[in-house]
Amino acid sequence: MTVTEQRGAYRPTPPPAWQPRTDPVPLLPDAEPYRVLGTEKAAEADPELLRRLYAELVKGRRYNAQATALTKQGRLAVYPSSTGQEACEVAAALVLEEHDWLFPSYRDTLAVIARGVDPVEALTLLRGDWHTGYDPHEHRVAPLSTPLATQLPHAVGLAHAARLKGDDVVALAMVGDGGTSEGDFHEALNFAAVWQAPVVFLVQNNGFAISVPLAKQTAAPSLAHKAVGYGMPGRLVDGNDAAAVHEVLAAAVRRARAGGGPTLVEAITYRVEAHTNADDATRYRGDAEVEAWKQHDPIVLLERELTGRGLLDEAGVEAARQDAETLAASLRARMNEDPALDPMDLFTHVYAEPTPQLLEQREQLRAELAAEAEPEGAQR
Amino acid sequence: MTTVAVKPATMAQALTRALRDAMAADPSVHVMGEDVGTLGGVFRVTDGLAEEFGADRCTDTPLAEAGILGTAVGMAMYGLRPVVEMQFDAFAYPAFEQLVSHVAKTRNRTRGRMPLPLTVRVPYGGGIGGVEHHSDSSEAYYMATPGLHVVTPATVADAYGLLRAAIASDDPVVFLEPKRLYWSKDAWNPEEPTAVEPIGRAVVRRSGRSATLITYGPSLPVCMEAAEAARAEGWDLEVVDLRSLVPFDDETVCASVRRTGRAVVVHESGGFGGPGGEIAARVTERCFHHLEAPVLRVAGFDLPYPPPMLERHHLPGVDRILDAVGRLQWEAES
Repeated sequence: MTVTEQRGAYRPTPPPAWQPRTDPVPLLPDAEPYRVLGTEKAAEADPELLRRLYAELVKGRRYNAQATALTKQGRLAVYPSSTGQEACEVAAALVLEEHDWLFPSYRDTLAVIARGVDPVEALTLLRGDWHTGYDPHEHRVAPLSTPLATQLPHAVGLAHAARLKGDDVVALAMVGDGGTSEGDFHEALNFAAVWQAPVVFLVQNNGFAISVPLAKQTAAPSLAHKAVGYGMPGRLVDGNDAAAVHEVLAAAVRRARAGGGPTLVEAITYRVEAHTNADDATRYRGDAEVEAWKQHDPIVLLERELTGRGLLDEAGVEAARQDAETLAASLRARMNEDPALDPMDLFTHVYAEPTPQLLEQREQLRAELAAEAEPEGAQR
Repeated sequence: MTTVAVKPATMAQALTRALRDAMAADPSVHVMGEDVGTLGGVFRVTDGLAEEFGADRCTDTPLAEAGILGTAVGMAMYGLRPVVEMQFDAFAYPAFEQLVSHVAKTRNRTRGRMPLPLTVRVPYGGGIGGVEHHSDSSEAYYMATPGLHVVTPATVADAYGLLRAAIASDDPVVFLEPKRLYWSKDAWNPEEPTAVEPIGRAVVRRSGRSATLITYGPSLPVCMEAAEAARAEGWDLEVVDLRSLVPFDDETVCASVRRTGRAVVVHESGGFGGPGGEIAARVTERCFHHLEAPVLRVAGFDLPYPPPMLERHHLPGVDRILDAVGRLQWEAES
């Protein structure tokens, strides 16, 4: 049987033998978000993995702060911070194998660098010297997607193509709570389930789509419940519990790789900062709410677990802090240098070969630049 | 040895043959869309492909155009060469965001590191008695989107050659199929398909000295008929078939207009904001001193596409073309 038709046996059963296609119960998410930290399940977690997650979270927090500072200094055009969401960002990158693919949205530069992409190249879009700075094929990270949810069908298509070629590639696609309202979210999940594509959809439910709270976005019992309508399992996880996010995503990746099809994971988290530096969050939410979430901070939760169990001491905390400072210092130094810009690049990559029309326009710009370079008054 | 008689073939058959040959030549070519598999497409252009190449190479997708094109983008990212069928012009609109924001931009976005070699086939235009949403001329939307090639055949041989070129292109191509020409016939030998012509070259279909009709796709046969009829009026019309709207062949078009000194652009698409305005401007900018009259446009009216019982009043016909030719300031000649 072919890959695309393996589920093709279903046909509506003529009456009176109506029967549901599949039993929806195993697809349903748990009532409570899955948690590991602070529960007895934490004892089963791999201490090395927890320490790795901790180091990455601390670096991620510092990276977010540095990128925000660079924006205030005019070095970035805009920065959508993932402060408070580092557990999701880091776990998404760490669950994947080298040959897997990550499909990030614009708030996911932390996941992109956690996957190995150079931080300066990851920030190219937000710095504004080009739209994508890294080679997507080098670390198998798709370009940051700005139009919401449009990257999700790409992840499905890529995973499907890999499966057609016999490669055991999994694609992990990231989207926010607001993005689940987009048509592309629906179409991507539907295609993924019909094709049983090896995809994991990670929804970071951070409470807000810019200013609009989830209650105005959906009437679903949870975002994870949406999976059931497509015939795939939905999983609900505490998005600030790095161990839990890692475990749930890893299980979904294993399932996808084994041919079990896609999974929708809803990670409940909180966007501690405003939407971007250009946003004013005080217009739509109070400090008390933000403070309450800071008590459930991903770094605090993991640090408490690690120190409580003697897996992390003062020196370990300091070492993680130092690593983060090194990353921030390097980012600061490199971003404070002006990027090299060549206006002729504007015409180079629109097509494999520039059209005659673009060649004419390139010459026009070249002449304009030459005129600009003339000494004042020399031309006229 | 006897001469092999070449049987007439339809444009639809030539397109099918092009898809089949492309799939046979390159295992990365995948056809996908609504009803393209078991049924062979509502116009039967994908007839037999699923049987020959299997459902993984010619795939019936869920009924969702953004999903079809979006997944095709992902497939192209992984090195496949998808050929997407949009069932009708107006049903391609849900895929517009994927087309504009990703298909057209990804090569440029990634500095050429992630080209998207995919073809989007769109049956377009009217004249088949279709009810609402089945007859749109959507080419102006695509032309206005940098990063896309926009190609449309008007002959059986070009249907084959241009579709092969589109599939072989490393850039995304919107391949507009004039649906009222699907059943047009020509002496084209499917056993010896014509050479694959490069995208971006117009062709002179009929040489003439009096004026140039600039057209493409479904309007070509109408212009050829008008050129024949014009002989009775004493006009010897040249007809240029653009074949490719993007890139645009200024060279062939302007060479013709410089020879004739007069031009009329003919298309079904509405005139306001339509391709004819761009073409008339390009010709005027480049050939002003050769022109004996303003470049005129014969286009569909600026209307939502009419119901089938009224569409003949909307579509540019021979009379409307000859009227325009008559307004090309011939008084100056005498």
